[in-house]
Amino acid sequence: MNLGLGPGRVPGIPAWMSRRHFLSHLAGAAALAAPATTFTNSIFASAPDLRKRHKSAILLWMGGGPSTIDLWDLKPGAPTGGPFKQISTSADGVAICEHLPLMAQQMHHMAIVRSMSTREADHMRGRYYMHTGYVPNPNVTHPSYGAVIAHELAEQVPYLEVPPFVSVGGGSEGPGFLGMTWAPFAVDSNGNVRNLEMGVDPVRLAQRLEMLATVEQRFIGERRGGSSEDHSKVLDKTVRLMTSDQMKSFKVQDEPAEVRERYGNTGFGRGCLMARRLVELGVPFIEVDLGGWDNHANIFPTLADQKLPEMDKAMSALVADLADRGLLDDTVVIWMGEFGRTPNINGGAGRDHWARGWSVVVGGGGFKRGIVVGETSADGKEVATEPYTSQDLMASVLKALGISLETTFTAKNGRPMKIANSGKVIKELFA
Amino acid sequence: MSRSGWLRMVVWLALAGLGPGLSAANPGADRYEHYGIPQVRLINDRIVAGWQDAGLEPSAAATDGEWCRRVFLDLVGRVPTVTELQAFLVDSSPTKKADLVGRLLGDEFEDEYARNFTDVWTTILVGRDATNENVNRPGLRQYLRRCFSNNIPYDRFMEELVTATGVNTNRRGVEGFNGATNFLSGKMEEMGVANGVQATAKTAQIFLGLQVQCTQCHNHPFNKGKQNQFWEFNAFFRQTAALRRRGGTEDVQWIELVDQDFPGEGGNPEEAELYYELRNGLMKVAYPVFIDGTAISPSGYLPGTMEDGTPYGTNRRQELAKLIKTNPLFPFAIVNRMWGYFLGYGFTRPADDLGDHNPPSHPELLEGLAGAFREQSFDLRELARWIVLSRPYALSSRTTPGNRIDDPSLGERPKFTHFYLRQMSAEQLYESLLTATEADEIRVGEDAAKRKDRWLSQFVIAFGTDEGDDATTFNGSIPQVLMMFNGDLVKEATSTGKGGFLDRVATSGLSPTQKIETLYLAALARKPSAKELKTANALLGARKGDVVGALQDVWWAVLNSNEFIINH
Repeated sequence: MNLGLGPGRVPGIPAWMSRRHFLSHLAGAAALAAPATTFTNSIFASAPDLRKRHKSAILLWMGGGPSTIDLWDLKPGAPTGGPFKQISTSADGVAICEHLPLMAQQMHHMAIVRSMSTREADHMRGRYYMHTGYVPNPNVTHPSYGAVIAHELAEQVPYLEVPPFVSVGGGSEGPGFLGMTWAPFAVDSNGNVRNLEMGVDPVRLAQRLEMLATVEQRFIGERRGGSSEDHSKVLDKTVRLMTSDQMKSFKVQDEPAEVRERYGNTGFGRGCLMARRLVELGVPFIEVDLGGWDNHANIFPTLADQKLPEMDKAMSALVADLADRGLLDDTVVIWMGEFGRTPNINGGAGRDHWARGWSVVVGGGGFKRGIVVGETSADGKEVATEPYTSQDLMASVLKALGISLETTFTAKNGRPMKIANSGKVIKELFA
Repeated sequence: MSRSGWLRMVVWLALAGLGPGLSAANPGADRYEHYGIPQVRLINDRIVAGWQDAGLEPSAAATDGEWCRRVFLDLVGRVPTVTELQAFLVDSSPTKKADLVGRLLGDEFEDEYARNFTDVWTTILVGRDATNENVNRPGLRQYLRRCFSNNIPYDRFMEELVTATGVNTNRRGVEGFNGATNFLSGKMEEMGVANGVQATAKTAQIFLGLQVQCTQCHNHPFNKGKQNQFWEFNAFFRQTAALRRRGGTEDVQWIELVDQDFPGEGGNPEEAELYYELRNGLMKVAYPVFIDGTAISPSGYLPGTMEDGTPYGTNRRQELAKLIKTNPLFPFAIVNRMWGYFLGYGFTRPADDLGDHNPPSHPELLEGLAGAFREQSFDLRELARWIVLSRPYALSSRTTPGNRIDDPSLGERPKFTHFYLRQMSAEQLYESLLTATEADEIRVGEDAAKRKDRWLSQFVIAFGTDEGDDATTFNGSIPQVLMMFNGDLVKEATSTGKGGFLDRVATSGLSPTQKIETLYLAALARKPSAKELKTANALLGARKGDVVGALQDVWWAVLNSNEFIINH
């Protein structure tokens, strides 16, 4: 950053120093004209430097719909079972796929829910449903996990200058009626944020921002609708971010080589490592995307040779690292996709979309660990125990983070919306 | 109508005769309000009736500057230049709006109109993600530019896309180019299985407003869509193959879309069937049957003649195009799409879902416009003209206490009592920045398009599914603001280099105030307020005589404002 603030800082000066420095320039610029130094009058509130314990969640999103019957709920010997074998794990009585040997050593931290049963087997609908707990509705856009959790937990990290909802290697789902303030901040897995470098000095930036605030506020004052105000809120967030030293949390290349190696030199590996760094910073929600699970054809070699090794290395490193650093008790990890895949193996040696019976994996936070919840029928097609939905899973994740399920949002149309769509907690996940 | 609705209407009618811009009771003004075009009148009448039913009052008319900016953005994909804006503002003809629309839809702006709708339709037909190697975007664009330059009737346009055969690349040394093949060239295969599933889903969605993708695997949970209908529709694409070719003088790869005999999965080409799997594992058979139940010949043979002169066979895609053309949903879908394009919201949400479960907000208007569009020989420019000359399109985006509740972003059904704010598309922003800075480079043609593609690619997020779903981060979030703050395009637009836009303004003979006004007109199509002038003048002072530097700061600020990026 060309603000003259970053490199060469005196060691021991707190991270928010650079912002103070910038703020002093802003104060100078305010003499320029009317005292309109912010877009929404909220941005430059002083940040308390007291860091408290904070909760976070990491969603490992498996775009395309992973074949959970081949990963977490194998059916060896059944005609639908496929060629993979089971192996035992660090959790008593919990067996998973042979191609997840590293995760097998971490399963005492995790819980498999084998009784997910949903109805959305279209990618876009399933993706929306699993991210929000609601089926798509043309009249209202619901907030996704990241927006809800960031919204609920942002207060515990008032010093946070980067967005509270970060999406690595994908776009996640949006903030819906909570507004663009809670939109996912998308970065690539190298932690590169485009266009972060400001080409002018801080005084000049401050003066430009003041001119900009004048134009913004005039337009907002004309009452043309919410999107003009949303624009200003995002401007505030962007300025905070541009002037923040906290951006270094995105720099996974600053990690020691052996740590990077442990996570794997893959997009997903770097994304998981970045997630751990962001959790340490206090970011309430991080989604890391791993796509390529839409295996309608030729599924078994694709899983065994490509998808599972990459996922196994990164996910196991993340869980172990969080546990080693004492972060796992305050960090919930969720592994899921939009649905599972058909137990029947199709003519192209692939599996198609299947939402009626499939698995997700959770761990950390207030979750009970090393267990399996629910089971599917012998062929894997049906859930044989009490079925759970997206909203049930969401309610459970929120509970594991200590977020009240009594929370109610007001949608823009004034309708009250219960958090997690009134889902019921999956009781087996709690001791 | 409710009693309060009546009261409001009476009050409204009383006021209408008095206020400027509310002209229902003034016969002279009324004539100009619909410019003698019956379809404009239809829109106005139905929309006003909707206000009255809902007891809502419309906003005042937009200013001429706002309207001019709007119609340039929507028809030619960019803001007006200062010259274009001023010409419109000083025009005192009562038909000046119709005149401007006539010019924007005419020869003078043909290239820019074509470029704009090429952008719009590229996204509709093949999405934003440029990584599908079976789609040749330059080839598609070349085809679309020709269509929109020549104003090809929409029914022919659909037919050309749905029945296209030939080579999808326009690279030199490759013969048989037909850019229209790019609609289907990337939709015939999934993971190496040539099943035409995406071709089926997208054809139904784009041209008929039917969302059938779910019914590939099961009956639709909440509309009448049945799984057999999906596969019967899909059967129309089973004579089609997307063949991978390689060669030419530059050794390139391309797709050749061909029609070929379909032997049928049951081995009988006379009755060429396909099989699909029910949820319970049972296999069912499907032949080509259109959504309205019309079955065509089950023959898998392409048309030919036997030695004795008897004709045989059928071309399934050509039959499909004929059936789409005559189906009532065909004009409904495009009218709804274009209404949504110009007014921010279609009559249904989403605009490309016209299923029975999703009734439109203004059914009579949708039906009336669809009928008129068919009668007008599917002329897309005429459809555009009707909508942009209508009263709802000319309303201010400033809300009033009498219509503030008309806010579709809150899930309300749109009543169109005011112009709904919407952010420019990334394409519109790109072209507007070039226009506002009077960048003189050639903006039509493939090199310009490729440069734009590279810039646009930074916003695309692919979801990693077989269906090629994607989204954009050009959605008002932080990455977009960072691009506007610091990105290369904005750096270029705000550069103070010799002979550039800012330099020319700075060294012109204009007064300091006029210079600032020029920047405002170029970006926002209005003059600065007193307060804005004061802040801008303070910047001039702070730059201590560096006029171009101060103008650069003002310019950067207006380009970054909500007012610039929002079509209002």
